Amino acid sequence: MRDFAALYWRLDATTGTNDKLAALRDYFTTAPADDAACALHLLSGGKQSRAVSTTLLREWAAEAAGIPLWLLEECYAQVGDLAETLALVLPPPEVGGDDATEVGLADWIHTTIEPLRTADEAGKRRIVHDAWRRLAAGERIVWHKLLTGGCRVGVSRTLVARALAEVAGIDPAVMTHRLMGGGIESADDYRQLFDPEPTSADDRKPYPFFLAAPLDDRPEALGPTTAWQAEWKWDGARAQIVRRGGVASIWTRGEELVNESFPEIVVAAEALPDGTVLDGELLAVRSSALLGFAALSKRISRRRVTKKMLTEVPCVFVAYDLLEERGEDLRSLPLADRRRRLEALLPAEFPTADTSLQLSPRVVADTWADLAAARATARARGVEGLMLKRLASAYGTGRTRGDWWKWKIEPLEIDAVLLYAQAGHGRRAGLHSDYTLGVWHDGRLVTIAKAYSGLTDAEIVEVDRIVRATTLEKHGPVRICSPTLVFQLAFEGVSRSTRHKSGVAVRFPRIVRWRRDKQPADAGTLADLVALIDAAATPEPVG
Amino acid sequence: MTDLLELTSEGLYCRQGDFHVDPWRRVPRAVITHAHADHARPGCDRYLCAARGKLVLRERIGGASPIDTLRWGESLTINGVRVSLHSAGHVLGAAQVRLEHAGQVWVVSGDYKTQADPTCDPFESVAADVFITESTFGLPIYRWAEPEVVAAAINAWWRENQAAGRTSVILAYALGKAQRIAAMVDASIGPIVAHGAVMKMVRAYRDSGVRLPPIDGVPPRARRVGDGRALVIAPPSVAGSRWLRLFGEASVAPASGWMTVRGIRRRRGCERGFVVSDHADFPGLLAAIEATRARRVLVTHGASESLARLLRERGIDAAPLATRFTGELPPDGPADEEEADGSDEVHAVAEEAS
Repeated sequence: MRDFAALYWRLDATTGTNDKLAALRDYFTTAPADDAACALHLLSGGKQSRAVSTTLLREWAAEAAGIPLWLLEECYAQVGDLAETLALVLPPPEVGGDDATEVGLADWIHTTIEPLRTADEAGKRRIVHDAWRRLAAGERIVWHKLLTGGCRVGVSRTLVARALAEVAGIDPAVMTHRLMGGGIESADDYRQLFDPEPTSADDRKPYPFFLAAPLDDRPEALGPTTAWQAEWKWDGARAQIVRRGGVASIWTRGEELVNESFPEIVVAAEALPDGTVLDGELLAVRSSALLGFAALSKRISRRRVTKKMLTEVPCVFVAYDLLEERGEDLRSLPLADRRRRLEALLPAEFPTADTSLQLSPRVVADTWADLAAARATARARGVEGLMLKRLASAYGTGRTRGDWWKWKIEPLEIDAVLLYAQAGHGRRAGLHSDYTLGVWHDGRLVTIAKAYSGLTDAEIVEVDRIVRATTLEKHGPVRICSPTLVFQLAFEGVSRSTRHKSGVAVRFPRIVRWRRDKQPADAGTLADLVALIDAAATPEPVG
Repeated sequence: MTDLLELTSEGLYCRQGDFHVDPWRRVPRAVITHAHADHARPGCDRYLCAARGKLVLRERIGGASPIDTLRWGESLTINGVRVSLHSAGHVLGAAQVRLEHAGQVWVVSGDYKTQADPTCDPFESVAADVFITESTFGLPIYRWAEPEVVAAAINAWWRENQAAGRTSVILAYALGKAQRIAAMVDASIGPIVAHGAVMKMVRAYRDSGVRLPPIDGVPPRARRVGDGRALVIAPPSVAGSRWLRLFGEASVAPASGWMTVRGIRRRRGCERGFVVSDHADFPGLLAAIEATRARRVLVTHGASESLARLLRERGIDAAPLATRFTGELPPDGPADEEEADGSDEVHAVAEEAS
């Protein structure tokens, strides 16, 4: 536990990539395999189900600190991190009591976290108090993070893979592939990562996804259109279908296996020849019309999909790349070659009712002006814009600029008024940086969106001060402010929703700029938003 | 019984004695707890402060207005109100103001700390009927480590930086914190260098009889200072300024009670930060309040609402008091624009940077 906590704080104390890499290398070089497997799971953002409710942790910590619960909540609002708040209010640990902190991470999880899941309340309380007594202050924070189900620290998966590859002396690309989809749970799984030869565990795993960068420049700067392949940028969920060893697996970009959510696609994928990997998008489609991301997320979030759901929200997979054919890794071939093979494998072009496994069509145009005209139809089609992929490009890893561009349509915008503010977390701890915004309806302001980002650090500090000065009421961490601030809000779409009082919800809301030049009276109206829904109510069939 | 102090647009006013305590506007007669800018403003006709703090106050307010002084515990009667000053332990000469009139005692704490500090006199507990306390760090997350522990951490960081050829830069308020840091570190490790705003106060401290290790100023028009061995002490406003480039590669660490909170450290973009404060921590505040045995407590700047509520739950008549004192501000608070510890620093930095 001590070593892992030390790694956590070493990673926390530096912003430099090389320093982080060295810290990871040092840890994995010396950590026993069972501890390293746990650490890897945690560092890759692996979740643990919550072992004890935060309500109980708060109550026990307040009691141990001799303070009322409301005061602990005030502390939380200032600190912005529950694990840290608990550690800061608790009385100092008993030092030199025993050597608990030298217990390895795996053992520590085994003895202080797993038993918590099954213990009754008195038992939980005993385990938690015992751990508090034994752990040093810095270790308590890390342990609290393990308890409450998240231990995010600023390292990317790529960096973890690089460190492990260096320790193992193997190619980072191979290590990245081995780490895809998680599943490193035991010391044996961990040791297999170090195998210089391909292993059976590699079988079901997806390839690392190649990501596109946003196109900021004029598309003409990309040269002649003949060097590029254009496709629609789908408003769905990026996924790979891996058909190997008699099994079909659907992996999302978040490296989650979602077979159970898409049974109809699994059936279609099982008909693919063995040794096939497709890259594409999961989409909700009914009668050739796209149902949008909100409909799709209903399917993704279900573990068990009902018949009703299957008819109401039918889903398809549109493939736009072929990464593996008959067991051969095609990623280094030019896109033009991969596309030819893909078209031969999947002739059914979207939209078709014949199969749930379809080919993502190319958008063919001779000039950039024609492509721009096609892009202008994107919103009416229910897509986000165009993808531009260089025909000569290999399938890379991560987000390498130059070969894949997303050329999205301009967002929708409305001026909205700040109504509520809440203190943020992490580096925004104690600053009111989470805003609920509203627009006018019948002479009143109604809420339409929560936005967390878009202002500069200096602006956030300034808004925080105004929020404090204009607070009308406090409800726990939320402050209701008198309306004085107007922000230009960008969003990707708008739909009916019961979540906000206005009855509408906007998608991906973010603040573009602070309209210091505008008064609340100048902000937009609900009618403006409703008009946008109506405009998008009948999407044309795509294709 | 009538209150001995009331809040007016000028600040805390004693009607019976016709004087103000730490006024934020020009008034005929100002009793000053300490020389930080949110408590001591220039332009009053006449000042009263602790004898130990006279030179520091003069350095801060300038001008020629007379400054009367009292030794610790010595009293002066102003229009029938007996006024005495008692050490607050905050910075050199920082005082609590005790007022006695018609059998009633009020004590204004100013800013205070209960931890030991070699550069100023220790906090003195004074019995009061009504105690006006600060609450900058009035939440239970704020609990300071012993000064020796923090000093050892700073020394270790300084040595580590030296080994890597990096200058160590500590950001600390020019009055009080900067001198305390200089006195707490191990000066045998290397040279100590201070920003001009800090040096002014170093001179005022030395002239007041405080012993400090050797500290060098930065020569005017210097292009490069030191060889990565020095510990530089500078006000927080130099963060990100051109002035810092004088030292080449540097590790910059703020010294502040706010460094307790990881989110604030990260927001500041600093890899290191040291928890050093000239204010009382949460246990210190509670102990100090209890020791006054006050029947009524008024809580100013900081976590005033929470602390007042906690005290009420413990049976003390307590309420927040809305003053314009700011105490130690969070590193990204308004302090960056208007230094709570002296707005002249910003100009000093600008001059030295250009």
